[in-house]
Amino acid sequence: MSLSPAFREESMLNYIIRRVVMVPFLLIGVTLLIFLMLMALTPVERSALYVRDVPRNERVLEGIIKKYGLNDPWHKQYWRWLFGTTVTTTEGDVTTVERVGGIFRGDLGYSRTASQPVAELLARRFPASLELTLYSVLPVIAGGILLGVIGAVRHNKPADHIVRVFGIVGWSFPDFVFGLLLLMAFYAGAGWFPPGRISDWANKVIMSPEFHNYTKLITIDALLNLRVDIFLDALRHMVLPVITLAYLWWALTLRVTRSSMLETLRQDYITTARAKGLSERTVIRQHALPNALMPVVTLGGGTVVGLLSGVVIIETVYNYPGMGAAAAKAASQLDVITVLAFVLFNGLILVLANVVVDILYAYVDPRVRLD
Amino acid sequence: MTAQEMPMPTLAPRTRRPPNWLERWLGHDVYRTMKGLVTNPMSVAGLVLLGLFIFIAAAAPLLAPPLPNSSPYNIPRDGYGDVPKPPGAEWKLRQPPLPFWWKAVTGKDQWVHLMGTASGQWDIYYGVIWGTRTALFAGLAITLCGALIGITVGAISAYYGGWVDMVFMRITDLFMAFPFLLTAMTLSAVLTPRLGKGLLAPTIALIVFSWMGFARLLRSDILSLREREYVLAARVIGVRDSRILFRHILPNAIFPTLVLASMRIGSYAITFAGLSFLGIGAEVGFADWGQLLSFARDWMTQLRDYWYIIAFPGVTLVLFVLSWNLVGDALRDVLDPRMQGSR
Repeated sequence: MSLSPAFREESMLNYIIRRVVMVPFLLIGVTLLIFLMLMALTPVERSALYVRDVPRNERVLEGIIKKYGLNDPWHKQYWRWLFGTTVTTTEGDVTTVERVGGIFRGDLGYSRTASQPVAELLARRFPASLELTLYSVLPVIAGGILLGVIGAVRHNKPADHIVRVFGIVGWSFPDFVFGLLLLMAFYAGAGWFPPGRISDWANKVIMSPEFHNYTKLITIDALLNLRVDIFLDALRHMVLPVITLAYLWWALTLRVTRSSMLETLRQDYITTARAKGLSERTVIRQHALPNALMPVVTLGGGTVVGLLSGVVIIETVYNYPGMGAAAAKAASQLDVITVLAFVLFNGLILVLANVVVDILYAYVDPRVRLD
Repeated sequence: MTAQEMPMPTLAPRTRRPPNWLERWLGHDVYRTMKGLVTNPMSVAGLVLLGLFIFIAAAAPLLAPPLPNSSPYNIPRDGYGDVPKPPGAEWKLRQPPLPFWWKAVTGKDQWVHLMGTASGQWDIYYGVIWGTRTALFAGLAITLCGALIGITVGAISAYYGGWVDMVFMRITDLFMAFPFLLTAMTLSAVLTPRLGKGLLAPTIALIVFSWMGFARLLRSDILSLREREYVLAARVIGVRDSRILFRHILPNAIFPTLVLASMRIGSYAITFAGLSFLGIGAEVGFADWGQLLSFARDWMTQLRDYWYIIAFPGVTLVLFVLSWNLVGDALRDVLDPRMQGSR
C-alpha cells in the first residue's frame, strides 16, 4: 500500500482533529455519568460536597439543604457541581458571601474517611501512585514482550510451553492472592521487603526541615538531597508491588505479543526475507518484531493509564499510600463523595491519555487512519 | 475479524469418513468443538477442575452441614477470639452438625476445623465450601448479564447502523472511559445503602461496567459478516432483513463473543472476590473467598504461622479461575480458525 506524503499528512491532521474534537464531549459524558451516581445519593449525603461535617440536627440540616439547593432540579445542581455557586449567609448583622463547590474550581467536596478536603487528599496521594507507575512501566511492558517473543519464536518447543503455562497461571492469579503470598514469603518469612512506602526512620528524615521535597517522589527527592539510604529504603518498599504488577501484566502482554508474533511470522514477506537468505535473527528483529508489536503498543498505552489511575488492590495489599488505596478505603466505608472524586480524576486522565495513545498509534501505524 | 479470517466451510471430514452417531446428533461444528475440548490435555484438566467445583457447590450441605436455624452462607464461628486456630483444631462452641461421612472416615465424634479458623474464629472450611456457590453465582451472573446487554447493544448497533450506531458506540466509549474496578467499587458503594449489604450491590455494579467488550466485539463481527457473499446471496433471493440477522449473521458472528464470555467468567470471579477483599459487598462472615482472604490482612507480620488463612481460600480461588481460563483458552483455540494448526 503506498500513500502519497501529502495524503498521509492531511489524513494525520484530520485524524488528530477528529480525536481532539471528541474530548469535550467525552468529558461531558464522564462528568454526567458521575453526576448521575451522585444524584442517586440522598440530599443529606450530598451535603458533604459543601460542608465539612454533616450536621445531625435536623433543622440545621434542612437549612443546609436549602442553602445549597440540594433539592433543586438536576440540571441546576449539575451546573453548580461543575462551576460552583455563590452562597450568601446572614448571621445576625453579618452577611458573608462565599463561593463554594465547582469541580472546575478544584473543589471536590469533603472526604469523611480522610477528614480533609478531597482535592488535598488527591494531591497528597497522586505522587505515590505516580512513583509506583514510573518504576513498574518498564519491567511490566518489556518483560511481557520478551516472554511473548520467546514463546512465538520457539513455537511448540519446551520454552513455548513454559511461557504458555506461565501466562495462563498468571492470568488466573488474583492480584491480592499473589500479593499476600509474596508478603508471606518475603516479609513475614524473610523480612526483606516490608509493606508501605517508606520506613519510619526515613519518614522522620523526610518530614524534617532539612529535607527538601522537590517532586514529592521519594526516590527522586532522596537523590536530590543526596540521601542514598532513603533512596534505597523507598526502592525496597516498591519491590513487591512492582513484582506483583509485573507478573500479572506479563500474562496479558505476553499473550498478545505471542499471538501477534505468530501471525506475523506466517506472513509472506517473512518467508521472502528468509528466502533472501537473511539470518533468522535479522528476520525476527527487523522484519517481524516492528509489525508484531503494533497491538502491543495499544496495550502498553492501556497499561500506563491503568497503572497511573492507581492500582486499587495492590496498593491496598501492600499498604502503599497511593490513590487506589485511598479510594478503596473510602469505598468500603461508603464515602461516595471521595470515591467519585477519584473516579472523576481517573476518568479525566483516561480520556486524555487515550487520545494521546491513539494519536501516537496512528502516527506509528498509518493503517489506523484509513479506517 | 476480517473477511479472510472467517471460518471456511469444512467439507474435508465428510469425504474422509462417515460421521458417527454422536456427530450426526450434535451436528458437525458442535461435535468438532466438543472433540477439541476433550482431546486437549489443558482443557481436560480445566473441565475436571470445573466439574469438581460444580460438585462442591451442589454437595455443599453434605460436605459442610450448616447450623440449624441459620443461613448456610453465614460462616459458623467458634467463639469470638482473635487468634486464628490451625487446621485440625477441635470445635468448641456452637458446633454445626457432623457430616455423615466424618465418622466413617475418621471414626471420631468430634467435628474439627478442617482448614483452621481465621481471626474472629470464622471456620475456613465452611467458607471455602459455601463460597464455591458465591463464586459460581458471581462469575456466571455477571458474565451472563453483561454478555446479554453487550450482545443486544452490539447487534442493534450493527444492524441499524447510522445514528443509532453512532449513539450506542459513543455510550460504549463513555463506559470504557472509566477505570473498571474503581467505578464498579463506587457504584457498589452508592447501591449498598439502597439494596442492603449483600451480593446484589457489587454484582449489579460489575454488570453495569462489564458489557462494553461484548458489544464492541459482536458489532465488528456482524459488520464484517454483513458484506459476505452468502449474506448478499440471501439478500438477492429476497430474504427478510430480520431473518438475515437472526438466522444467517448472528449464529456465525456470535462465537467469538461466546469465547470471550467463557474467558471472562474467571476474571469476573476474581474482581468480585477482590471487591469483597476490599470490604465492599457482603456482610462480614458471609461465605466468600475474597472475604476469607481479607482476614489475612490482620496478621501481616505473622503470616508464616497463619499460612492457612491464605493457603486454603487462595488456592481454591486460583484453581477456580484457572479451570475457567483453561476451558476458555481451549474453546478459543478450537473455535478460532486462525489458531487451528498453530498450537
